[in-house]
Amino acid sequence: MAAAPSDRDDFIAAQSDKELLRFITCGSVDDGKSSLIGRLLYESRALFEDQLATLASDSRRVGTQGENLDFALLLDGLSAEREQGITIDVSYRYFSTERRKFIVADTPGHEQYTRNMVTGASTADAAVILIDARRGVLPQTHRHSTIASLLGIRHVVVAVNKMDLVDEAENTFRAIESEFRQFADQLDFDDIEFIPVSALRGDNVVDPSSTMPWYRGPTLLGFLENVPIDEQRRTDEPLRMPVQWVNRPDQSFRGYAGTLASGSVRVGERVRVQPSARESTVARIVSFDGDLATAIAGQSITLTLADEIDISRGDIISAANDPAEVADQFDATLVWMDANALLPGRPYLMKIGSATINANVGELKYKLQVDTLEHLAAKTLELNEIGSVNLSLDQAIAFDAYARNRETGGFILIDRISNATVAAGMLNFALRRASNIHLQALDVDQSARSALMGHKPCVLWFTGLSGAGKSTIANAVEKLLLARGCHTYLLDGDNVRHGLNRNLGFTDADRVENIRRVAEVARLMADAGLMTLVSFISPFRQDRANARDIIDSDDFIEVFVDTSLAIAEQRDVKGLYKKARAGELKNFTGIDSPYERPEHADIRIDTESLDVDAAARQIISVMQQRGLFD
Amino acid sequence: MPESHSAAAPRSLSQLDRLESESIHILREVVAECERPVMLYSIGKDSAVMLHLARKAFFPARLPFPLLHVDTRFKFREMYALRDRIAADPDIDLIVHINPDGVAANMNPFDHGASVHTDVMKTQGLKQALDQHGFDAAFGGARRDEEKSRAKERIFSFRNAQHRWDPKNQRPELWRLYNTRKRKGDSIRVFPLSNWTELDVWQYIQRESIAIVPLYFAAERPVVERDGMLIMVEDARLPLRDGEVPQQRRIRFRTLGCYPLTGAIESDADSLPKIIAEMLVASQSERQGRAIDHDASASMEKKKQEGYF
Ligand SMILES: Nc1nc2c(ncn2[C@@H]2O[C@H](COP(=O)(O)OP(=O)(O)O)[C@@H](O)[C@H]2O)c(=O)[nH]1
Repeated sequence: MAAAPSDRDDFIAAQSDKELLRFITCGSVDDGKSSLIGRLLYESRALFEDQLATLASDSRRVGTQGENLDFALLLDGLSAEREQGITIDVSYRYFSTERRKFIVADTPGHEQYTRNMVTGASTADAAVILIDARRGVLPQTHRHSTIASLLGIRHVVVAVNKMDLVDEAENTFRAIESEFRQFADQLDFDDIEFIPVSALRGDNVVDPSSTMPWYRGPTLLGFLENVPIDEQRRTDEPLRMPVQWVNRPDQSFRGYAGTLASGSVRVGERVRVQPSARESTVARIVSFDGDLATAIAGQSITLTLADEIDISRGDIISAANDPAEVADQFDATLVWMDANALLPGRPYLMKIGSATINANVGELKYKLQVDTLEHLAAKTLELNEIGSVNLSLDQAIAFDAYARNRETGGFILIDRISNATVAAGMLNFALRRASNIHLQALDVDQSARSALMGHKPCVLWFTGLSGAGKSTIANAVEKLLLARGCHTYLLDGDNVRHGLNRNLGFTDADRVENIRRVAEVARLMADAGLMTLVSFISPFRQDRANARDIIDSDDFIEVFVDTSLAIAEQRDVKGLYKKARAGELKNFTGIDSPYERPEHADIRIDTESLDVDAAARQIISVMQQRGLFD
Repeated sequence: MPESHSAAAPRSLSQLDRLESESIHILREVVAECERPVMLYSIGKDSAVMLHLARKAFFPARLPFPLLHVDTRFKFREMYALRDRIAADPDIDLIVHINPDGVAANMNPFDHGASVHTDVMKTQGLKQALDQHGFDAAFGGARRDEEKSRAKERIFSFRNAQHRWDPKNQRPELWRLYNTRKRKGDSIRVFPLSNWTELDVWQYIQRESIAIVPLYFAAERPVVERDGMLIMVEDARLPLRDGEVPQQRRIRFRTLGCYPLTGAIESDADSLPKIIAEMLVASQSERQGRAIDHDASASMEKKKQEGYF
């Protein structure tokens, strides 16, 4: 702009060359978190006069500090929202100093705490853990530290607040320090700084305190200006770039757009595309401002490669000499974030980097008691619980352990029906099983077997209320198939529950596992070439969708035996409805457990207008249309 | 081939580079995962930055989505001029939507009041345009530092088929992972500039030489003082009240909403360095010039639920 450089231009240039530090503040209600952040904003002049005027009048009206500013009010844009029932997970605030711009993730310290703190911590370089000097290290302090460590924050500062209320006593401060260190020994921090502060008076927040001459360390702001930034560390790790988007404006250009998760990249460098393991060389780093010679972690770039290889969204471009691992089964840590509990065995969608894959949470190894670090036995994870699980995917992905790289080891799980983000997760290591046991590609395959049998295999999945007529119709269909010389097998709720699934009850988690096992067995039978009939209430849409996924969906035929509850209850062949109504049977479908009607069943049988034979013939004719018999 | 930049690789990115990179990542994620994105283009400085970032994100391809300007018919003339210049770019498709019901009713902020005018022309107009074109994701230039209630806003904000925001049903945003899955008919508002501050925006405009409406620079302009605000007199769209005589003052705008709902500030800053210098010692927040925020303090929240951006 201006012709000659001036002091002002230098100043402005310095402003835009600042670094960016993201940090999270953790504390329990009333530890002084709002006061502390408010003070930082105020002292770094991030507040405008009109905001200050509002603060001043709010302070007079509802504040607790007499004529002084009550910084706690500054952030308290939340009370009204709380009344409206708005979920507040994380608020972000901004301020800057000469050296750095700061983004503060502030999480309100109530019920949703774990979920919120995990969200804020996922992008933080450092954590400020607040302790009220009068109350010392509390179970919540352990919780905050554990979560920070779990989420890969390496640098923490413990701000021992309200020192003015303990007469600025050094021994109080030192006692808290040693107690905290003892607990933190079990965690993964690189360094811990302890600072005695008074958020209220501003002591050791921005300026060194004159009332605590025994403390000679940095002020809180001084610490934040110097603590290492995670992305800088990640530049020293090997190259990883998840391919986000393939840029193909025309036939002559094919670029791979993405954000460098770690490392750096330069033109001419040898790279490996994962998981396919094909290699090539970086031809260009294309940018709007002209080609670049190099790029580093955090940069969003577009690469072209020397060779034409097949690359799509979800792949990772890695350093050829130090690639990521590839696996499909993992030991992972999950933080559950949804009001509906985790159901092991139910598949979720996993988003990691730019890839979205089907993931199955298998065995739950244990649940972590966050404030004591104890491992507890558990069958499920509820909202805000953290657990260690086995995770298996339906295809292999490239990854790094989360401890090494947050971007290629951190993931979210998404519920396939509600689309909610239900969990945050961290990959710890690949399970050896995955890399060694590859699915055996057998020489005699399904088509060979079905040629021998003279018909194609399938799975007829009968769903409907208890007493709807599933088994009766399935039996009739099986008879007709037998008459045609087809090889069949009928899996019935009752015969399976007495054997294979004897150890399962009727809780939601057990129902999911019940269906999963039956689907797996049906898949094996179809693979053997059989026409398999499954007669199961299978009340949940999600579970039927899972069964369809497990069994090849071309082979899967969902048959909805549609009978109203009134009619089914009236028939009550086994007397179960009566018992359920009397409260002797719990979780009975239709009574105190829901039946989710199929929306797009392949076949719907209206038992109130069709008799059994007509129903069976309707099913056979659909099978015929599908070409199963030729 | 364009020339290569200097080979000396920096070890870390500056904060502006990181903001730029994050925004580009968000823009690309939406294009990769949504069917019909659109970018809301309001002609202000934030829109200018967002558009610039989009061009960087998809270079050398042309913009893979159209821009949408929901025209309230009360923008400053210089704004229309810039918009038309942008629309002339062969790489850009611009859709202009004016709510025909508002036109039929001769809607204006003087007879109908600021909030009714904004609701009909902007909020309703926006919904009409989104529905008409079947857009399933719309980029907006809002920033979290603009206002207290925005601090907790997500980058991806989900709306149901009626465009209503369900604040109880927001998704946590972890790492760089955004869950963009939605039901048929639902849509997403996406804010790529969430983590930018007003100062960042100005510094970036300076660094990247981005074209902005000249009204952001101080100049002698005719104004009247009304309800404590400096209102620029541009043409007959602003009916003068009894006794109002336009005066020449050296003014500029920090934010450009609807003329005449936006107040100017007195200033000498006629260049970007001067604007930034002024920003660094600024003592008023930028929204202070907007009539619409004065209505009620919780008004933003309410507007959002109704579908205002
Ligand atoms: N004496 C004293 N009081 C403080 C200090 N920091 C915060 N407080 C008070 O503690 C109360 C809770 O503070 P607040 O910032 O709202 O806590 P938050 O719930 O953690 O955000 C308020 O009344 C503050 O004024 C401090 O350093 N000394």
